[in-house]
Amino acid sequence: MNALVAFLDDLPILSVITFLPIVGSLIILSIRGEETVVAQQSRQVALLVTGTTFLLSLVIWFGFDPSTAAFQFEEKVEWLPQYKIAYRMGVDGISMPFVLLSTFLMPICVLASWHAIDKMVREYMIAFLVLETMMVGMFCALDMVLFYVFFEGVLIPMFLIIGIWGGGRRVYSAFKFFLYTLTGSVLLLVAMLAMYIQAGTTDIPTLMATKFATDMQMWLWLGMFASFAVKVPMWPVHTWLPDAHVDAPTAGSVILAGVLLKMGGYGFLRLSMPLLPDASVYFTPMVYVLSIIAVIYTSLVALVQEDMKKLIAYSSVAHMGFVTIGIFTATKQGVEGAIFQMLSHGVVSGALFLCVGVVYDRLHTREISRYGGLVNNMPKYAFAFMIFMLASVGLPGTSGFVGEFLVLAGAFQVNTWVSLLAATGVVLGAAYMLYLYRRVVYGELTKDDVKAMLDLDTREIAIFAPIILAVMWMGVYPLPVLDVMSVSVDNLLEHYNAAAAAHKAASVPALADYVVALLK
Amino acid sequence: MTYYLAVFMPLLGAFIAGFFGRAIGDRGAHIVTCMGVGIAALCSIPIFNEVALGGKDTIIPIATWLSSGTFEANWALRYDTLSSVMVMTVTCVSTLIHIYAVGYMHHDDSQPRFMAYLSLFTFAMLMLVTADNLVQLFFGWEGVGLVSYLLIGFWFKKPSACAAAIKAFVVNRVGDFGFLLGIFGVFFLFDAVNFDVVFQAAPSKADATVHFFSRDWHALTIICLLLFVGAMGKSAQLFLHTWLPDAMEGPTPVSALIHAATMVTAGVFLVARMSPLFELAPDALTVVTLIGACTAFFAATIGCVQNDIKRIIAYSTCSQLGYMFFACGVSAYQAGIFHLMTHAWFKALLFLSAGSVIHAMSDEQDIRRMGGIWKKIPFTYTVMWIGSLALAGIPFFAGYYSKDMILEVAYGAGTPVGRLAFILGIAAAFMTAFYSWRLLFLTFHGKPRADHHTMEHVHESPLIMTIPLAGLALGALFAGYLGHEVFIGEARAEFWREAIRVVEGRDAIEAGHHVPGWVVAAPLVVSFAGILLAYFLYIRRTDLPAKIAAAFPGVYEFLLNKWYFDELYDMIFTKNVFRFGKWFWKGGDTYIIDGYGPDGLSALVVRAAKRLGSVQSGYLYHYAFAMIVGIAIFVTWFVAGGAG
Repeated sequence: MNALVAFLDDLPILSVITFLPIVGSLIILSIRGEETVVAQQSRQVALLVTGTTFLLSLVIWFGFDPSTAAFQFEEKVEWLPQYKIAYRMGVDGISMPFVLLSTFLMPICVLASWHAIDKMVREYMIAFLVLETMMVGMFCALDMVLFYVFFEGVLIPMFLIIGIWGGGRRVYSAFKFFLYTLTGSVLLLVAMLAMYIQAGTTDIPTLMATKFATDMQMWLWLGMFASFAVKVPMWPVHTWLPDAHVDAPTAGSVILAGVLLKMGGYGFLRLSMPLLPDASVYFTPMVYVLSIIAVIYTSLVALVQEDMKKLIAYSSVAHMGFVTIGIFTATKQGVEGAIFQMLSHGVVSGALFLCVGVVYDRLHTREISRYGGLVNNMPKYAFAFMIFMLASVGLPGTSGFVGEFLVLAGAFQVNTWVSLLAATGVVLGAAYMLYLYRRVVYGELTKDDVKAMLDLDTREIAIFAPIILAVMWMGVYPLPVLDVMSVSVDNLLEHYNAAAAAHKAASVPALADYVVALLK
Repeated sequence: MTYYLAVFMPLLGAFIAGFFGRAIGDRGAHIVTCMGVGIAALCSIPIFNEVALGGKDTIIPIATWLSSGTFEANWALRYDTLSSVMVMTVTCVSTLIHIYAVGYMHHDDSQPRFMAYLSLFTFAMLMLVTADNLVQLFFGWEGVGLVSYLLIGFWFKKPSACAAAIKAFVVNRVGDFGFLLGIFGVFFLFDAVNFDVVFQAAPSKADATVHFFSRDWHALTIICLLLFVGAMGKSAQLFLHTWLPDAMEGPTPVSALIHAATMVTAGVFLVARMSPLFELAPDALTVVTLIGACTAFFAATIGCVQNDIKRIIAYSTCSQLGYMFFACGVSAYQAGIFHLMTHAWFKALLFLSAGSVIHAMSDEQDIRRMGGIWKKIPFTYTVMWIGSLALAGIPFFAGYYSKDMILEVAYGAGTPVGRLAFILGIAAAFMTAFYSWRLLFLTFHGKPRADHHTMEHVHESPLIMTIPLAGLALGALFAGYLGHEVFIGEARAEFWREAIRVVEGRDAIEAGHHVPGWVVAAPLVVSFAGILLAYFLYIRRTDLPAKIAAAFPGVYEFLLNKWYFDELYDMIFTKNVFRFGKWFWKGGDTYIIDGYGPDGLSALVVRAAKRLGSVQSGYLYHYAFAMIVGIAIFVTWFVAGGAG
């Protein structure tokens, strides 16, 4: 036992977790045989690898020291020393939960694709494993170049997953997704280059200590914002999301909603706020306005959707509106609430897409009106769907409540209008989710093809059970999660608010005024 | 231990019946859930003795729930007089309703689910009343809201039940919206949500102002008003009342448990619980009084013309909740809670006897198609009389003690709104008596109006339903007499202690005890008048009601259609929400953002590429011509540049 502990201690655990999936994909590449055999073995290998990765990631969860804000499990290797670019990995209380979220969702995705994907299974599994490497790597990266590589690397497998294994207008959606995010990313790259030229390093912890001139911060912030806002997505750059979700395969949607959207929020927390505090303070009102529009506008749009996936996609935009509000309140409750909301939304919206997947696998349509009365022949499904619907609505006792509540409580401290307007999302959220549930699950069972649908099988129960447990645990006893992030958030806010106070004393450049006026 | 059992036994029952319902069968589910609440009820009595009568307030911490910076909320069980009264009322009434439900639902094919919901509801309600802070209270608050949604939609095959369930949840959420903001306000002002801390600090914040909606306000007034919005939603007060009548789509035991005895009173409980804050916000109290008085009157007017037996009782509930609120509004929280307690007994009794009538009449709910059945179901008839007498406040029945007290304190408060509440309350009392006896006479007397087939089947309910009725009837008979001394009598100060805090020198109850004689007599007089009028119209001159309705068609239609609130809300909110949704989707997302964003750009690129592509025509002379032009420009530039 002790030997095992010592062994795990010595292991560069973050790199192992990050690159294990790539190793898995190499194994899958080497599988030989008939097509059905390859498919089956690819699935098994993928499940094994993602499962192992998840178990290994528990090492960080249990080994994490929540009493310090310093980066932990750090690894540093010289990469391009002549350019002062290093391979540096580490996690703090803000990034660590996201690593867990990614590794937790992965095995579930593989299981969810077990029967649903039957063409080019080997390639599909490889794409997912590469995707996992990119996601985990992004949350662990402490060097900006490394961060960017992973951040952009995510796009490629996702683009392929939508474009090849998707349905409907999959090529259109894949390109829309790619172009939107790439446009943002280019601007992020420009901002990063500018910072590199200015500071002479790409090391994130070093950059955090670097003070950029206020007027420069404005441009850098906007460059980053372009990228992160698309990822979140914030209104009005959200229109790629509904299309991407509708045409992505189920597991693709799970990862898209579960992890990819969080990269935007994480970017704000890791880069925008600590590196560019003056600009962040400066643009806060704009973020509030866009987020409130997102909450109200997309909730209303969600209400009139006729496609299940589109409805949930729009609800994601609304929920992520809470996240951006919370982050920019720069209060303890707001930021912790935002992080918690991201984690909860990752699990819950992923689960909701899985719920859509379950009925899609049976009837091959996502049109709400084609269903109705499912509770009669699929009671287990109705139960699982109910739990996730309630979590999405933010019922106390589910994970959805904690984040939403803390965000609004934080917002109330700084701006009552923001809190009031965002809280309307509480009413609208209930309306569109209950309305969806009523149309799909309740009612008389009248349609013949719906009557023939079978309830959840063992594989599907195995998918939903851990998610339900996670949702309830995070709702009833969220303390461990909140504890993990507490000190890191304190640290972030301390620096941020000190800088903000100094900024208030200084004058604001006219240039940025102009930009804000334009954006408003 | 009993303190835990009283709250968690119902949860255990719900869990077993809910998840293992199929394994243990209907019978097993009945036993498990009834045992669960039964044990809780048994535990609640010694708790009441120890805490309320014995004066041993306790707070039992269980775990930290939320902790973020200075924000901290715990899971805890708080037992003081207020919560132990509530725990006792809730568990006792709930136990009787559980037993009744076993009989009432015996034809249904998903009884374990039903019993699990009932128990889960009881648990949520107990969490609500024993909460130690606003957030746990909100947990219970939303919990009862959720189970109410599930129970209203229990017969999910009926579209009307599904619609009513959604309506109940969403309208309640509108209230929650205010409640949430109220909680944030409390946290903002006190940096805590824990009751003890907040109440301790309240006097020091009496004059604090808060910057809210771009203006400075008296902080406690704003907070109390926001909390009251939540209370209005849950307690179905005017403007947010529309869900309650529709909620009668649920099975009758649900109506009794949730929509009469417990959940809807949560709003009153909230106001009483927050009395230390409300006392410091006189303007908020005025609003509470006004809304309460208006609701009492408004709901009673509608109750007079409805024809669905359960809806009449539902409007009656709405109206009685109005009484409780205006009692709180004039600082007589004790009287409000006392009425809450007696009302729980007699209103549950009325609902369940209505259920017994429906049961006997083969699921008929329209009182116009009943009549002449009192000899066939004498027991139901008797208990319904008891319930009605208690509701009308006839001396020595439960309602007499609590309702008369409320009217007296309203008068005794001496304020203009107090007097208004008194007048509206007296008017409502008249109508209450009228519609109660209208219901009794139409249901049980006169010639049978049901068809021959139904009349042959009219039968008294089985013992499992009549025994709970008897239990509730006992409550309706004696709860007032037994309770009035400690709740509102001489012993009240010692009984309530710190659970309810009233500003020094403002003793509304004391003032209520010293009102003129005519004020004491008035409710009684109008109640008898109401009964006599009902007797005259529905026994003596049965031709008159139709004539009166025909003589005043406008008034009649207005009341029959419930003051057109549903139509109004539908026009203002529901329709527009969907319309805006469509606009934003088709106009905003598809047309503007996509049209000028990605789709527009890509179309532009394609067009430009086509234009450029057409240059590559494949004709040699085109290329040659281009080359010559190119060379000419290049040479010109070179020469001109060189010259310069």
